[in-house]
Amino acid sequence: MNKQEFTISVYTENQIGLLNRIAIMFSRRKINVESLNVSPTEIEGISRFTIVINEAEDVVRKLARQIEKQIEVLKVYYNTNEEVIWQELALYKVPTDVISEKAKVERLLREYGAQAVVIRSDYTVFETVGHREEIDGLLEALAPYGLIEFVRSARVAIIKDSEGFHNKLKEFENREPSEAVIENEFLNKQSEVFTM
Amino acid sequence: METLDITKETTAEKPQPAKVSLSGSQAVLEALIAENVKTVFGYPGGAIMPIYDALYDYKDKLEHILVRHEQGGIHAAQGFARASGEVGVVFATSGPGATNLVTGIADAMIDSTPLVCITGQVFAHLLGTDAFQETDVINITTPVTKWNYQVTEASEIPSVLAKAFYIARSGRPGPVLVDITKNAQVEKFDYKGYIPCNHIRSYLPKPKVRKKFIAEAAKLINEAKKPFVLFGQGIILGEAEKEFQTFIEKAGLPSAFTIMGESAIPSDHPLNVGMLGMHGNYAPNVLTNECDVLIAIGMRFDDRVTGRLDKYAKQAKIIHLDIDPAEIDKNVKTTVPVWGDCKETLPLLTELINKTEHTAWLQRFRDLEQEEIKQVINEELNPSTEIMSMGEVIKVLNKLTNEDAIIVTDVGQHQMVACRYAKFKNSRSNITSGGLGTMGFGLPAAIGAKYGAPERTVVSISGDGGFQMTIQELGTIMQFGADVKILILNNQFLGMVRQWQELFNDRRYSFVNITSPDYITVAKGYGIAGKRIDKREDLESSLQEMLSYKGSYLLEVMVGKENNVFPMVPQGCSVSEIRLK
Ligand SMILES: Cc1ncc(C[n+]2csc(CCOP(=O)(O)OP(=O)(O)O)c2C)c(N)n1
Repeated sequence: MNKQEFTISVYTENQIGLLNRIAIMFSRRKINVESLNVSPTEIEGISRFTIVINEAEDVVRKLARQIEKQIEVLKVYYNTNEEVIWQELALYKVPTDVISEKAKVERLLREYGAQAVVIRSDYTVFETVGHREEIDGLLEALAPYGLIEFVRSARVAIIKDSEGFHNKLKEFENREPSEAVIENEFLNKQSEVFTM
Repeated sequence: METLDITKETTAEKPQPAKVSLSGSQAVLEALIAENVKTVFGYPGGAIMPIYDALYDYKDKLEHILVRHEQGGIHAAQGFARASGEVGVVFATSGPGATNLVTGIADAMIDSTPLVCITGQVFAHLLGTDAFQETDVINITTPVTKWNYQVTEASEIPSVLAKAFYIARSGRPGPVLVDITKNAQVEKFDYKGYIPCNHIRSYLPKPKVRKKFIAEAAKLINEAKKPFVLFGQGIILGEAEKEFQTFIEKAGLPSAFTIMGESAIPSDHPLNVGMLGMHGNYAPNVLTNECDVLIAIGMRFDDRVTGRLDKYAKQAKIIHLDIDPAEIDKNVKTTVPVWGDCKETLPLLTELINKTEHTAWLQRFRDLEQEEIKQVINEELNPSTEIMSMGEVIKVLNKLTNEDAIIVTDVGQHQMVACRYAKFKNSRSNITSGGLGTMGFGLPAAIGAKYGAPERTVVSISGDGGFQMTIQELGTIMQFGADVKILILNNQFLGMVRQWQELFNDRRYSFVNITSPDYITVAKGYGIAGKRIDKREDLESSLQEMLSYKGSYLLEVMVGKENNVFPMVPQGCSVSEIRLK
């Protein structure tokens, strides 16, 4: 099967150690993680992992099931690039004199929709938001002009036909309604040891 | 309980429940009692001393078995769980105590054994400082636990242990590790009782049963001319032995077991056609590649069962019943997936299948079985030489135990021979390290099995190699008196590896020649009676002596040095290429 880029979105409880538990599912199978973002979601206490890998769909499906099996994982989705809207953010630090002196640089920045974040006499920091190729384009274009530093974020992605996680979470909370609480030996003596 | 420090608090306007102040350690033991744990296997040390101190006051409520090595402790907990169906519990200290558990945790993970491992950890403020006996046991055990958690505050203990027990035993069972820092064991907190856990929103132990797939599966079974059932430990874990038997009987389905599923139905059940796998029976291996519908139940298509995957049951439609959705399509592409607990899905399926028989097809198994009997089994069970075979020992054992014992094996040739020839009438009777193949599992697991099923005869069968890996657990027997019958099948080799070297490495015997101590003297040193035999005429009487002996007994049987286990599916071959010699 052909490899292609997949975005895996994992909804989880916010729990220490879960990052490792999820990361080793990839390393154990020798799958390279192209990009990984972990962040809080619109729902308190729920985190979202956005993981990009280049793999065959069959592999991704099995992997998703294995990830979903982890106790604190609520739900895993995997999508092709056509099924998601995604962005990466990049920061570029360039000497300020280059921008002021070279009209070509200014034009470049405008062309790539770069925004200045910080302007100082010695350097200026620009940001761009976009797909990897766009960010790479500006990176390449700026290289001859003394780019001081560059950093790129992981991908964040929204699934086009997702209806959000609120309803799904309600479903999770409702499934298998709790049975009556079984109390232990000690608790059965509640009336004797506790005054209500 | 005299250790509970009960303070009653009442306020004028609003009556408040009284608080019970407990230490974290007491809360651990209260949790075990609330979970109905009777026996704990463990070994103390610095970071778990507060729990052991609390245990001093709980001696009448909790039985603690002091093992001789933490690996022995966890294998004992596994044996306990496998024999009883309950969660096995093990205690160990931080650092080396915890790392000594790892082999057993990995074994329990791959064989879906419910365990709660409780490890001590250094004080919370020392975490990450390379403190004495600090190891990052959470990260070490993450890939081999179903769940793990580090407790750093006493008040977390009741809810974390409730979660631990729930996760360990529900759904597809597995090992859970709870690491408790020393401060959390010592701290006192307001104990509000123990509330068992029965729901975690992010965890679905049993997938929803989908009727549509049940109907599709039933249709395939009803149309099948040559249906064939493979069953694994899922039947035992799901306590669905009856449901399974009813299912196969209704449609007359020939059924073969994985070593983990063995004993789920009686060995002599007319539809039981034997053992799958590399050293399994001839007929089920060959006919896997002839059946038209393959029905896999609670098994996971391990490579030791499937052989070469691209030549595995390609002609068949495949129905897979499993509680773990991640198992569906993992190794073998399924035509109809039946997600769910087989205790629920099997009766639904039974309802929809036609009552029939597959006499001619079943006869194919019996015919091929005759071939195996002629070429392999006869000689194994009734050797033509003076030298004893492992198979004949098992044959006599079957007769003397009335097929009613729990057989716990180690790993190697003797394991395959025991699984092939031991006969079972009751479920939970074949305890072996299946997925991990852990040498050293046998003796400690047998000790645990005896605590898990005290009324049953427990026979531990080991090779001379594996027995030496956890031989120290004889000390546990000496001290606590577990009545385990110890059988060593001594071929003076690491037999299974030697067999491979003979068959695939031109007999270049590289470090498979292993010497043994005088086991009888060793046993004697531990106060355990024993005997060595090397003649057939002593076999039955000695086995009888071992079984009737009051207390543990070690019998060493000298068997053929270079006997091989056959049939065999050579690695990289298809199951139908199984060799009879
Ligand atoms: C801990 C561990 N180390 C190594 C192995 C590899 N191994 C599998 S079978 C075997 C030989 C076992 O020899 P023995 O215990 O004498 O049993 P036999 O095969 O002779 O019955 C070995 C070394 C293993 N399974 N487990």
